[in-house]
Amino acid sequence: MGTATKQALVADGIAKRFGAREALRGVSLSADRGELVAIIGPNGAGKTTLLSILAGIQRPDAGSVNREPREVGWVPQQAALYGKLTVAENLRLFARLEQVEQPDAAVAEMLELTGLGERADDLAAELSGGNRQRINIAIGLLGRQDVLLLDEPSAALDPRQRGRVWEFVLGLAARGTAVVYSTHDLQEAARHADRVVVLADGEALFEGSPAALGEVVERDGGSHSDFEEAFVAFLRHRGH
Amino acid sequence: MRWLLLKDLRILRRSPGLVALLILYPVVLSVLIGFALSAGPDKPKVAFVSLVQPGNDKLQLGDETLDLSSYQGQLFDAIDRVPVDCNGKTALQCRQAAIDTVESGEAMAALVVPEDFAARLGGLQSLALSGPPTIEVFYNADDPVKAAFVEDTLEAQLRDANLALTTKFTEIGLSYLSRIVDGGKIEVPLSDDIELLGLRRSEELVRRVRSQVPPAQRAELDEVIRFSRLGRRNLDFSGPLLRAVSEPIRVEQVALDGGDTSLSSFAVALAVAVSLMFITLLLAAGSLALEREENAFARLVRGLVSRTGLLVEKAGLAAICSLVICLAMLAGLGLFVDLDWARAPLWVAALAVSALAFGALGVAVGAVTREVRAASLLCVMISLPLAFLALVPSGSVAPAVDDVARAISAVFPFRPTLDALDAALNGGGSLAVPLAHLAALALAFGALARLALRRFA
Repeated sequence: MGTATKQALVADGIAKRFGAREALRGVSLSADRGELVAIIGPNGAGKTTLLSILAGIQRPDAGSVNREPREVGWVPQQAALYGKLTVAENLRLFARLEQVEQPDAAVAEMLELTGLGERADDLAAELSGGNRQRINIAIGLLGRQDVLLLDEPSAALDPRQRGRVWEFVLGLAARGTAVVYSTHDLQEAARHADRVVVLADGEALFEGSPAALGEVVERDGGSHSDFEEAFVAFLRHRGH
Repeated sequence: MRWLLLKDLRILRRSPGLVALLILYPVVLSVLIGFALSAGPDKPKVAFVSLVQPGNDKLQLGDETLDLSSYQGQLFDAIDRVPVDCNGKTALQCRQAAIDTVESGEAMAALVVPEDFAARLGGLQSLALSGPPTIEVFYNADDPVKAAFVEDTLEAQLRDANLALTTKFTEIGLSYLSRIVDGGKIEVPLSDDIELLGLRRSEELVRRVRSQVPPAQRAELDEVIRFSRLGRRNLDFSGPLLRAVSEPIRVEQVALDGGDTSLSSFAVALAVAVSLMFITLLLAAGSLALEREENAFARLVRGLVSRTGLLVEKAGLAAICSLVICLAMLAGLGLFVDLDWARAPLWVAALAVSALAFGALGVAVGAVTREVRAASLLCVMISLPLAFLALVPSGSVAPAVDDVARAISAVFPFRPTLDALDAALNGGGSLAVPLAHLAALALAFGALARLALRRFA
């Protein structure tokens, strides 16, 4: 399979400015089918801005994305659900808005996928944070896009809930979905990502596997015992 | 957009407290405003005491007897009479009892007719120097508004009574003059009637005698004839003059602008306009801000719904809900106020266009504030001053303030909504002009909302 058919998402030279502040400076990124790409970086690095542009919520000042907004699934950091609707009603609403041919079948599929079939008639407001996030991700999948963007999917979840969410996301990747996610949890990036993109001050400083980041640190003369230390040493070496 | 609309209706159905508040608050507020404007204050509670002894309430004016108690009826129609128990009390004690009802708060005022009322009134037709009778009015001035109301009511009634008596006095005076000119009978109490010859017959009599007297003496008779003729002619002018004195000025009122809308009909238009404003603004602003609070906005506008479509859906939802509520409100008010149901299509047109204009303003508020609570607060803060500004009568404030009030009222939908509803309900002025005004405002606020959505996510 050639690169052209393998790459599900390609963003090239993305730049975004908010007034005098440059949020993104010529960032390029790609994700293959079934690949998990983590975007990591300190606060204010531009992770959410980059994901928003990839999702089509914001327009870049420069650069391009090879997918239209409707061609990618989008899971915002905070669950985008209607608390006064039930789990099934939320899924059905977005299935209809996505113009899914058989919305009821899609709802049933997502309920099975999320393991929340028994909670289908519960109001979304009554769900735990983890379950809300599972529905949030399921809504992002309703359009059956082969690219899924997740903005800090496990933020504010307890370890058990986080485990459930990742089990779910890894299952999607295993079925061929390209997953691009941002995270503050470096262990999560090291454990699940095939590739990481290190962003700092709107600039992509590194793109490669988590192990490759450690190798770069070692080449720079630094030492580390785990991925988090490698990440910190990498940023320090580059003045961040 | 259909699915979003159904979603919002479902969310509303699951928020009974919010819906109840959204409906009841403006309805109660508008009905209160309506009643305050249309009903006006009730009749003032007034303690009325007549110290005139039974039998002394008749006034003899020449040969005519007036029953003064008949003039009390008009007064009693204008007041809510508070009874004063004068049984076994002297005139002074009875007067004090009336004053006590005011001091205790039972009555807003006390009106005391003196014992010598009829005698003094009768004295006006003689040379007696007793002066006119004086009615005493006591009122509580603790509340300036109430005091002014009581004062105005009683003054108006006493003015009417004075006018009625003046007219009566004039009629009696004119009957005397008529008898002086034309002759007639005058009844004198306890005596025989007096037959007056009159100037006209006196002149005829002298003319007949004149031919029978020597020519040398006729000149003197001619003087008498001339006096009779001149007196008669001059007294003929007295009638119109005295009638003019009793009511020298007459008023003819012509409304040049705004049709002939009654206060109660206007109150209906006002009550509905206030309800429409509150419901539409709060619903449109709140439902749009809720999309952001639920984090759904970014997800929706990623190709599922256009931003303009979302605004149209929110404004439309609010407009439909408020239209239904306000039509139900009109049907309810129609039970109490006479409404022309043949004009119902015009009501719907006025309500629909007004609701869209308020819906556009509501989504602009929601887009600017971005939070449900801030949006709701801003809606209330906008609504109340708008309603008050639109009700400031032109010419009642300084010209510069008037201009500012009119300018502000013109850039918000309340005033044109009131005009449109008045035209639709009561035929008060043109309907097309306020509808065009509202349509322009809907477009302007819609554009503002669309601009504000740029920084909404």
